Amino acid sequence: MTGSPPKIALSGVNKRFGDKVVLDGLDLTVGKSESLVVIGGSGTGKSVMLKCILGLLRPESGSIMVDGEETVSKTRGDREAMLRKFGMLFQGSALFDSLKVWENVAFGLIQGRHMPRVQAKEIALAKLAAVGLGPEVGELSPSELSGGMQKRVALARAIATEPEVIFFDEPTTGLDPIMADVINELIVKCVKDLGATALSITHDMASARKIADRIAMIYQGKIIWCGKREDIDHSGNAYVDQFINGRAEGPIRMQVRAL
Amino acid sequence: MEFLAAIGRAFLVFLEATGRLALFTSRAVSHCFRPPVYARLIGRQMIDIGYYSLPVVGLTALFTGMVLALQSYTGFARFQAEGAVATVVVLSITRELGPVLAGLMVAGRIGAAMAAEIGTMRVTEQIDALTTLATNPMKYLVAPRLIAGLCMLPLLVVVADIIGVFGGFLVAVYKLGFNPANYLSKSWEYLQFMDVVSGLVKAGVFGFFVSLMGCYHGYHSRGGAEGVGTATTNAVVSASILILISNYLITGMFFSK
Ligand SMILES: Nc1ncnc2c1ncn2[C@@H]1O[C@H](COP(=O)(O)OP(=O)(O)OP(=O)(O)O)[C@@H](O)[C@H]1O
Ligand SMILES: [Mg+2]
Repeated sequence: MTGSPPKIALSGVNKRFGDKVVLDGLDLTVGKSESLVVIGGSGTGKSVMLKCILGLLRPESGSIMVDGEETVSKTRGDREAMLRKFGMLFQGSALFDSLKVWENVAFGLIQGRHMPRVQAKEIALAKLAAVGLGPEVGELSPSELSGGMQKRVALARAIATEPEVIFFDEPTTGLDPIMADVINELIVKCVKDLGATALSITHDMASARKIADRIAMIYQGKIIWCGKREDIDHSGNAYVDQFINGRAEGPIRMQVRAL
Repeated sequence: MEFLAAIGRAFLVFLEATGRLALFTSRAVSHCFRPPVYARLIGRQMIDIGYYSLPVVGLTALFTGMVLALQSYTGFARFQAEGAVATVVVLSITRELGPVLAGLMVAGRIGAAMAAEIGTMRVTEQIDALTTLATNPMKYLVAPRLIAGLCMLPLLVVVADIIGVFGGFLVAVYKLGFNPANYLSKSWEYLQFMDVVSGLVKAGVFGFFVSLMGCYHGYHSRGGAEGVGTATTNAVVSASILILISNYLITGMFFSK
């Protein structure tokens, strides 16, 4: 990262919902063509962070730069242009249930890029094949799919326009281990072959180790550790150790009470 | 003091809601006039609103026309004015009952469906997904519905007018023993162009309000299935109230001295 600005740079981002502070001065940078994985407990604000970057939520303060340009103050029209660079896999898939599966995948091509439907369909079917879904699935409606299939369709939709930056919010949750690995490889391929910048969220450490160049851990609205994938096992950070080993005892206290 | 503060708070909430609605409306309307135009989506909404509402609106109009003939006949018989039945039926239907009843029926059918659909899209993040796919949800979801509501309700009301008058005609001829030709010419005799036009203007406004309320409440719904349910109810209630209020105002504009 010398000279050119990082692809995405967050600094001092605060986001609250009412009295509840979710992001508390969060700093994070993602370099060009880098794959960064963010790990962290449930409800720590990982999805909120992605939505702030995309402008779906507005942070109270802080700066979010994409390609060296401030986005928080952008107007709607400018943001639309910026969003063309992005692809997003939503945690809950968020497929359009009024459209067929292939139309979902082709949506960004048809509406965003004004590609003819026939051509877009071809690309959509190829992307579906890449996530292990045959052309017959393309004609179904999203409500006719299983949860894991929906997730894969959403993934195909996120990468269909071959965006510069792709956000994956828990890409492998709800998939069987083999399919999860196929998806991991697909993500790696997007980064390596297309040169995309990937920012992923996962709880699945096997997946994190496979797709990450760097790993960052979020806790109480801040990034408490960020380092190379190889270093995660000897981070020297008690929080990270507890998280990656999945232990109930440690500095991170879950808000639960024994029955 | 507590009491005054409560009034003040309620007033502020009201102002905020009004402002938000005004902003939503102006943004939505401005998107109706700017490209790209989603012809496919507008077409689908038009079929939904116009074609699929035909049975319910037609049935409403038919029975309203029939009951009007019956009521005015028995009522007017008290002062020997049975001859006015045809005129009463045609004027009430075209000026008033056609548009209002069609509007209310469509509010229940379409306003609710729009609020539920858009509300579900909101709570399942589909609207966020639209935004990330570089598509403006206002333009993609709201504008086509507004255009379709505005255009289709007048057409529905034309049909409702015809069916309603026909319903009155049936009762008058087959039950009350009027002469068919006589009844029809009476219907025409006092009907003015403005009567029909005012009804169609009303219909356009009502259609716009139904779509607007459906979209507005759906778009701002939150909190899962319960939130969508609330949005649906609010859409129907607020559209109905707007229809009744604007009905009075438009009538005043057209027919006041
Ligand atoms: N629209 C919202 N309104 C109010 N609170 C919200 C909203 N969205 C998120 N939150 C709160 O923000 C916190 C972080 O939510 P977020 O979805 O980012 O968690 P997460 O880290 O993605 O968790 P998970 O791993 O379970 O997906 C949660 O405590 C949630 O209650
Ligand atoms: Mg999440």
